[in-house]
Amino acid sequence: MTAALRTIAPRQWALIALLVVAFAVVPRLGFDYLFDAILLPVLALGLAGIGLNLLTGYAGQISVGSAAFMAVGAFGAYNFMLRAPGVPVLVSFILAGLIAAAVGIVFGLPSLRLKGFYLLVSTLAAQFFVQWVLTNFHWFANDDPSGVVTAPQIVIAGIDVGTSAGRYVMCLAIVLLLAWAAHRLARSQVGRNWIAIRDNETAAAVIGDSVFRSKLLAFAISSFYCGIAGILWAFAYLRTVESDGFSLDLSFRILFIVIIGGLASIRGAFLGAVLLVTLPLLLTRFGAAVFSSTNSGVIELAEMILVGLLIIVLLIAEPDGLVSLIDRGWKRIIVGRLPRIS
Amino acid sequence: MFNPFSTRGSVIAAAVLASAMLTASAFGSSATAADHGEEYFPLQSYRVGPYAAGGTGFFGGFIDYMNLVNIRDGGVDGVKLTWSECETEYEVERGVECYERMKTQGKPGPAAMNPLSVGIAYALLDRATTDKIPLITINHGRTDTTDGAVFPYIFPLLLNPWSEASAMVNYAAGRDGGLDKLKGKNIVVLYHGSPYGKETIPIFAMLAQKYGFNVTEIEVPHPGNEQESQWLQIQRIAPEYVFLRGWGVMNPVALKTAQKVGFPADHIIGNIWSNSEEDVKPAGAAAVGYIALTDHPSGTDFPVMQEIIKRVYGTGQGNLDDKSRIGSGYHTLGVINGILNVEALRIAHTHFGDKALDGEQVQWGFDHLDLDDKRIAQLGATGLLPPIHVTCADHEGAGAVKFQQWDGTKWVVKTGWVYADRKLLRPLIEASANKYAADHHITPRACDKVALK
Repeated sequence: MTAALRTIAPRQWALIALLVVAFAVVPRLGFDYLFDAILLPVLALGLAGIGLNLLTGYAGQISVGSAAFMAVGAFGAYNFMLRAPGVPVLVSFILAGLIAAAVGIVFGLPSLRLKGFYLLVSTLAAQFFVQWVLTNFHWFANDDPSGVVTAPQIVIAGIDVGTSAGRYVMCLAIVLLLAWAAHRLARSQVGRNWIAIRDNETAAAVIGDSVFRSKLLAFAISSFYCGIAGILWAFAYLRTVESDGFSLDLSFRILFIVIIGGLASIRGAFLGAVLLVTLPLLLTRFGAAVFSSTNSGVIELAEMILVGLLIIVLLIAEPDGLVSLIDRGWKRIIVGRLPRIS
Repeated sequence: MFNPFSTRGSVIAAAVLASAMLTASAFGSSATAADHGEEYFPLQSYRVGPYAAGGTGFFGGFIDYMNLVNIRDGGVDGVKLTWSECETEYEVERGVECYERMKTQGKPGPAAMNPLSVGIAYALLDRATTDKIPLITINHGRTDTTDGAVFPYIFPLLLNPWSEASAMVNYAAGRDGGLDKLKGKNIVVLYHGSPYGKETIPIFAMLAQKYGFNVTEIEVPHPGNEQESQWLQIQRIAPEYVFLRGWGVMNPVALKTAQKVGFPADHIIGNIWSNSEEDVKPAGAAAVGYIALTDHPSGTDFPVMQEIIKRVYGTGQGNLDDKSRIGSGYHTLGVINGILNVEALRIAHTHFGDKALDGEQVQWGFDHLDLDDKRIAQLGATGLLPPIHVTCADHEGAGAVKFQQWDGTKWVVKTGWVYADRKLLRPLIEASANKYAADHHITPRACDKVALK
């Protein structure tokens, strides 16, 4: 037993401690703001970030359609819960994720012919097409006049997870499970195929990697993750399902999360999400506290400039994203002084 | 070794310092607006983004009126008004964050939420009801929240979207000589691609069927700065009227594009969010003759506006940077919103005593909000807003508008109060509210039946 414990690296101890805090301590804090304004969006955006990272960071296919797949997931889950009331909630989530995956495959087809900027434009088509469909076919929103539907109550195994803490625990469990799966996937043969395609598509094809299959698989799995993220975003965080919310802006935010957090990294998606959710909030509060007499619109504009500047500075100082910044910090703590190359 | 004077070292040092300051301010600022004996109004405002003209005008007017009450009367029955702003940019997720941030501020809690965004209001329906904070959606919102039995905390005061649609049809009919004259005519509804814009789709379809006119409803995607294809379609249909349900930049673009395709401005009828000076001035000559409905006529002649100019702007405490916007449509609506919030508070004071109240107590005030012509005259607002009588079951309370025409420099009011056919709409509102109640396992509270004229 002790021998087994000893084999756990300090890093894993840190992970275990983090899990204990996240599942056991945080939900007991009873601090609604933390759940409803910070943790829930971070978890949902982090999961979407993982989804996009599988596609962009690992398989090298750039996409600005993440929000569209989130919308497919959210509306899919809503319709499953509405029209098939007997189906357990989690099953309807998975089914909705599979629909998002199917839509992802369809919009991934152009990737077999298109690369780089051209592929970017074709994923842009996904973004506009999905929003158009959801806006113009009122069936998807149960013929609600305004096209906005209130998310139904989520009852899992007879337990209503309607409280802030309940929704947080549900999201955390789903997100961690999927993050672990993504971590395993990235190190499997599938993940290696993706990396091979990203680094050199011709070489990958020559050594026998089926480019066709790998690319479509990347689109499918990435869209599945985005779909589930969309469900969490709409059902657990905003608690309204509305097609306008899944806009191009959101797609870009997810892309920024991946770039800032670090490409080809699972942790990076969460770090990026934390930064993109909390930095504007911190700046807003800082601005409100220090310049309380100034017009709040002026403060807001100044903050936008500042967030942009901070991101530019960060990317110049650390082009590999927050992940590599934190890794070096961690090494410095554990290993002490790093050998300096000069 | 860490060297604070190297480039990287200084970047890290600056980052650490900045984050320390940010964290300190984040925890330090949460106690700002909470003093004893003050009524706190959280303002989910928007001063940047595509709808900034509406946000700055409306929240400017709201703040100006609260300032007037503080300066002139020392507050409401001795209770001073306080507020703080949180920028939403009209985005739902930012609105939710603002709500969560502000709902715990103030002592004994916020009086009411006024987000001025249908999207945000939708996301807050549940939350505000659970937290027992009144949610005010003046002139907008989700129509069936008018049924106060199902939605005790939601107040689409003065005019809900369906009443607005009905009043527009009634006005068009009046202009042509009666509702029977509408038969066979073509009407186009050009609406903003948002929850707000879509809210009236089924009601126009219903009215078209009832009165025998043909309606085509065309969406303009948010934010609406490109409308060529929509207006070419309108040109093909050649309708009698275009009902413009716009918002922000969509309005002047609509008027300019209409001129381009040769559609006469005096056959475009704007709704309650297409009726401010900020909507027509950017369109220049294309806006001359354009008609819009209003329940908050522009102008600075009203006694209450004169007092704001004298006591608030005269002492340098006015909220609008551009003084020429005082008395514009958006600013006026903000002042009216201030009047309604303050009067609800005053009515709640008669029941709970003159002290700072929590949301649940202020809700009682809104539930009993009753301003007749006499009270409106005392407030110096005669002609500025219609009489409003809110009850337990009826959270709209008015449903009347005037129609005004833009002459190139100012709005000229053309009609008296034109009423919506609320009797026709009420059963639909109740049906929709009851469906919501059934879906969400809400037991409607007991209210007296609404007696509509």
